Amino acid sequence: MSWPALYTQLVGANRHSTSLGKIWLSVLFIFRVMVLVVAAESVWGDEQSDFVCNTLQPGCENVCYDQFFPVSHIRLWCLQLVFVSTPTLLVAMYVAYRNHKDKKRLMQSSGRAGFLSNKGQEEEVEALKKRRLPIAGALWWTYACSLLFRLLFEGGFMYALYVVYDGFQMPRLVQCDQWPCPNLVDCFISRPTEKTIFTVFMATASSICMVLNMAELAYLVAKAVTRALCGQRERRASRDRTQSKTNQRSLVST
Amino acid sequence: MNWGTFYAVISGVNRHSTGIGRIWLSVIFIFRILVLVVAAESVWGDEKSGFTCNTQQPGCNSVCYDQFFPISHIRLWALQLILVSTPALLVAMHVAHRRHIDKKILKRSGRTSPKELERVKNQKFQITGALWWTYMISIIFRIIFEVAFLYIFYLIYPDFKMVRLVKCDSYPCPNTVDCFVSRPTEKTIFTVFMLAVSGVCVLLNLAEVVYLISRACKRYFGVSEDESKVAWISQKLSTYRQNEINQLIADHSLKSKFTVTKKSPTERGERCSAF
Repeated sequence: MSWPALYTQLVGANRHSTSLGKIWLSVLFIFRVMVLVVAAESVWGDEQSDFVCNTLQPGCENVCYDQFFPVSHIRLWCLQLVFVSTPTLLVAMYVAYRNHKDKKRLMQSSGRAGFLSNKGQEEEVEALKKRRLPIAGALWWTYACSLLFRLLFEGGFMYALYVVYDGFQMPRLVQCDQWPCPNLVDCFISRPTEKTIFTVFMATASSICMVLNMAELAYLVAKAVTRALCGQRERRASRDRTQSKTNQRSLVST
Repeated sequence: MNWGTFYAVISGVNRHSTGIGRIWLSVIFIFRILVLVVAAESVWGDEKSGFTCNTQQPGCNSVCYDQFFPISHIRLWALQLILVSTPALLVAMHVAHRRHIDKKILKRSGRTSPKELERVKNQKFQITGALWWTYMISIIFRIIFEVAFLYIFYLIYPDFKMVRLVKCDSYPCPNTVDCFVSRPTEKTIFTVFMLAVSGVCVLLNLAEVVYLISRACKRYFGVSEDESKVAWISQKLSTYRQNEINQLIADHSLKSKFTVTKKSPTERGERCSAF
């Protein structure tokens, strides 16, 4: 189980997304997961072995590294990507549940109303599986919830990174006086500039994803509002039509 | 054989699971196996090379590491995940056995067209009868393995927090030496995460047990025996052709029982509307 398996799961769930959702998935996998795997992991690969303190005291490096890097950037980003990807599966679960319900109804109706040929029934079931549900009703709410969760997780992890590392810049030197270090020792971080560049890159990609999610949420809300207004207008028009018909009938009868 | 192949094997069982079972499977694969592979393994990657003791005595490092880490967290979690996922294969075996029997029946009745065999292969079984018991036993085994591993974890590492420093005086260390563990805070974070998700999985399994029992009770108390027979027969009948239906009707004299059972008006209305 690795990133490709997660990608397969999400692409399957993506069928019922809006276009913005599909763009978001591509940005996630190309600019974040792929960059993490092919580039960032090798930058942080020697983070502990090349963390050098100006002392020969055994244990001082371990302790100082642990003090300044409670959680590595790479692990934070991995967890962020896993958590941010999972709300999409909420939508996939809801779609699977709807298909299951509709399939049951289909089987029951064909079972009671005379036995349809198996071929006809199979075709209907296949059509059910392949159809794309419109984002309305309960699916709209599930989708909106998944977007909110995505935004929450993205924001939460970005904030956690900012708080733990006091910003997005990696310093070259940290000063540490934890036991067993004999006094205040200088400890040097490996590849600080490269790490800063990748941190800024990942933070930017994360912000772009947040912007895409907010745009998608706004789009969904706008779609729901227009659908509600159109529905209201249609209902009013049909009411007026039935009213005029009854008026005509009453005129004719008199 | 790696996690990817394991995933392919286990997710095949997904078709015959309940909704809660599918959620449990997703939690296992996304929040435990995926996190283990992409994140946790690199945190524990340098656990031995980064374990430093305040001595130059050769062998002291190895001996002290072995004393304080009899089995690594990563290996414990990998074993836990494998053992916890495998009871699902009991269900897969039962389903395969049922399909084999159905295929045999088809062969005996002389209908061995590839289409019929395909249908038997893709048939989805209801979780009733013997399959219910198999499913229930598999969930109970899952819970037992999960809890057993949590207990073993507690025995070996009583505190979920990873210490920064351990004091060791095993031979050949000359006296009590200080040994420093690498990345203790990061390891604590991941230990807490994995334990929390393990707890969530136990809760999901318990919820699934309760759900299955309640479904069985509803089926037993809510539906009369005759109606259940009708439901069973109409399920079987939908796969037979008309002449065999007539034969079965003649055999079981069920003509009178093919009446519309009591349903709510809305459902009847749904059936009447165009689909």
